[in-house]
Amino acid sequence: MIFYIAKRLGTGIVLALLVTLITFLLLSSSFEDVARTILGPSATPETIVGIMQAKGWDRPVLVQYFDWLVHLLQGDLGVSVYTSLPVADSVLQRLAVTLSIIVPALVLTAIIATALGVWAAARGGIADRIAQIVSLVGYLVPGLLLAIGLVVIFAVQLKWLPATGFTPLTEDPAAWVRSITIPVIVLAIGGIANMAAQVRGRMIDELRRDYVRTLRTRGIPPRKIVLQHALRNAASPALTVMSLEFIQMFGAALIIENVFALPGYGSFAFNASLQGDIPVILGIAAFGVLLVVVVNLLTDLANGWLNPKARVR
Amino acid sequence: MTLPNDPTTGPDPALPITTSTSEAADATTGAVRRPTTELLQTVRAEARSARKPVWKKLLTDPQAVVTVSLLVIVFGLGAFASLIAPHGANEANLQMVNAPVGTPEYLLGADESGRDIFSRLLYSTQTAAIAGLIGTGVALVVGVIAGLVGGYFGRATQATTEWIFSLIMTFPGLLLLIILMPITGGDYRVTMLIFGVLLSPGIYRIVRNLVLGVKNELYVDAARVAGLGNIRILGRHVLFVVRGPIIIATAFLVGSAIAVQSGLAFLGVGSLEIPSFGSMIASGFRNLYIAPTQFLWPSIMLGIITASLVLLGNALRDTLEGSKPKPSKVGAGQRVEAARRAGAGEPSTHLLEIRDLAIAYPDQHGGLNEVVKGVSLDIDKGQVLGLVGESGSGKSQTAFATLGVLPNEAVIVGGSIRFDGIELLGLNDAQMRPLRGKAIAYIPQEPMSNLDPSYRVGDQLVEGVRAALDVSKKEAKERVLALLDRCGITDPARTFESYPHQISGGMAQRVLIAGAVASRPRLLIADEPTTALDVTVQAEILDLIRDLQAELDMAVLLVTHNFGVVADICDTIAVMQHGTIVERGGVEKIFNAPEHEYTKMLLGAILDEETIRTDPPVAARRRAEA
Repeated sequence: MIFYIAKRLGTGIVLALLVTLITFLLLSSSFEDVARTILGPSATPETIVGIMQAKGWDRPVLVQYFDWLVHLLQGDLGVSVYTSLPVADSVLQRLAVTLSIIVPALVLTAIIATALGVWAAARGGIADRIAQIVSLVGYLVPGLLLAIGLVVIFAVQLKWLPATGFTPLTEDPAAWVRSITIPVIVLAIGGIANMAAQVRGRMIDELRRDYVRTLRTRGIPPRKIVLQHALRNAASPALTVMSLEFIQMFGAALIIENVFALPGYGSFAFNASLQGDIPVILGIAAFGVLLVVVVNLLTDLANGWLNPKARVR
Repeated sequence: MTLPNDPTTGPDPALPITTSTSEAADATTGAVRRPTTELLQTVRAEARSARKPVWKKLLTDPQAVVTVSLLVIVFGLGAFASLIAPHGANEANLQMVNAPVGTPEYLLGADESGRDIFSRLLYSTQTAAIAGLIGTGVALVVGVIAGLVGGYFGRATQATTEWIFSLIMTFPGLLLLIILMPITGGDYRVTMLIFGVLLSPGIYRIVRNLVLGVKNELYVDAARVAGLGNIRILGRHVLFVVRGPIIIATAFLVGSAIAVQSGLAFLGVGSLEIPSFGSMIASGFRNLYIAPTQFLWPSIMLGIITASLVLLGNALRDTLEGSKPKPSKVGAGQRVEAARRAGAGEPSTHLLEIRDLAIAYPDQHGGLNEVVKGVSLDIDKGQVLGLVGESGSGKSQTAFATLGVLPNEAVIVGGSIRFDGIELLGLNDAQMRPLRGKAIAYIPQEPMSNLDPSYRVGDQLVEGVRAALDVSKKEAKERVLALLDRCGITDPARTFESYPHQISGGMAQRVLIAGAVASRPRLLIADEPTTALDVTVQAEILDLIRDLQAELDMAVLLVTHNFGVVADICDTIAVMQHGTIVERGGVEKIFNAPEHEYTKMLLGAILDEETIRTDPPVAARRRAEA
């Protein structure tokens, strides 16, 4: 088991290094443009060179990357080119906002999609029809349209919920719930559509397996067969889907945040990118990939626990 | 946006992030397709439905026809935008700012800059089409090539491509597109180029899995032996198989690409000059309080396009892949639509009495196809009956019907099955429970796939014992350990703690036998209990079944296609062919004086059987190759 964890952790670290390196390499071509932007109309070739030297951007890219990495390990991601605020702090602050809509959406998705998928697969008939219609509807409407539709109905017309803005949980829990309700619903509907279909499919496959028949002949109650045996075996692939769902929601949240004017990761990334704020962009990429690595590692650990065969590999 | 309709998590997302191959799992979960009655039914149905060309089938599917028509109309209007649109996409008229719907020349009104919304919609359709084409094109090219290479060539190539694509898959694509804005300049075509790469893992997975599937098919082997180069084989044979799923995925990919392009334009990525549903929605949304309907038009168009693509994808999937298995209520019992009930009134004198049992499977045209046609059998207490016949003759179906575990599709169309005088047909799982384990038990054919891979062997057996008998966990464990020992397992405690994948096939079969006899059943139904095992183990397992039969005084229904197996264990034999019993009698009589041609033929084949069986089973061979 320890070997298994170590292997997964190693893969994660390689992924993180690779993604940040690629981002670094790709962005390195735009360093000069950024220097020009910082200086504005007064830029001369000399001042540009000056800035490049001051920021260390004139050094070989790999040296810069290594330097950045060393600082990263010390918890230092540098400061924003424009605001001079420490990157790590502002990234974490924005990330917290985004996670506060993703995590509830993911929890909601996991619970509802599992219930719906299992119900459809174990009941068939009308239950299955309902689950499939729910899935289809979730697929049909792009998240952007769903978000706008819900804002128009619940915030603009009915005025039940705020259309935009975000209140931190620590400030006013009730207002926090109100400010994240629609975004969470939008993310969850998309997630449920996808996950429920996956859980349903896996459960149908599982329930048709030979061991289910054998368990039935031994007089194990159907409830136990469905919830303990079939669900446990279906859970491991479903969990992988779930980790991908998290990553998808992270992407989708970038757009949803914009609709609701939430000060999250997406708008932060967007502005940094627009301004070419290199240290901030790198910080965003680093935290993004870190999040992915952590989620994948958690998924692998859970899979190892669920699936005895995975532990050996 | 990377929203729910992203195909990367569509068809086959469930493969773990790392390089686990699906075959590895299959080797233990029983992917070896033995020619069973069910399989024959499916194959026959598939063959029948394959006769009609795909496009003809699509033409009769209203969902496909309607969605294709909608898409043709929408994109057709877009293609001729320069002819139809009354204004240019960016032609602003300050007098027309926020003009209402129905203004002359401004059919749907004008936006915050006085641009005609209708014209912009038409031009936006062009943008959407180009975005869809670029994104999908790149995803297809990258995904198909990588999938072919990754699936067809050796293990190292496979591992490398797998790793690269799982890497692509695990990064939030939209974030990457935003981060890379300083490089792409936000040009939607460049963005879609990158997005295409981000979409490619979905296609890669589909192609790779299909290639792995057909790689070892005989015709591909034949092509290789015939001296065809790898490229030719990939192009001609493999790509042919792969095309269906790719067509389906394409519909979803185009939808995703369009949705993402709109999402990015909504955020404001890219040039403001480019008309796009996303930027139109953004503008309408900003104006929500002044002109509440502005955001509606682009939203409706975008909704129509993406929904049509998803529905078209679903229609294609249904047509190209055929109907997927439908779920049905677990534990609801077998479907009985018995028009003819036999022997219901007469008193039952045997332990198990099957009368005129008929089982059918639905065929393509909604009719029923009988696979068991009026089988009658009797077994008395302590007696062993061998049910012999070729694969697909309906013997396993008869056994399953007795156990009450026929597949969902199967329908019992006639007859009766009585155990100890109780009619079993029509009972659901709850009603069958008092009999299961205690009175009727089952030994399956394929030992590995009949153990739940996620639970320890011992826990599964204890669960079974406790379901059948009212004993404590401790008692059940003791009983199971004693049974494992009795069934010839050398280290019962260790096997008890093992997971199914940690024990051998022969051991697994001993475990299953232990599980079956744990509650001292009166009738044991063994469905080809030795077929999946190595020759050396086969004899031992048969000995074990015989000993246990004598010890517990069980009646046994032994299903087999091998006359050699029944010779020294059975009292009576019933020979089955094409769903009917052609001959019944005592062992001596059948062996010495067979009457039916088919029986004679089977007896004559005993020697051949032995020869064939010296080949390692298919599963073992595959494992060795993997």
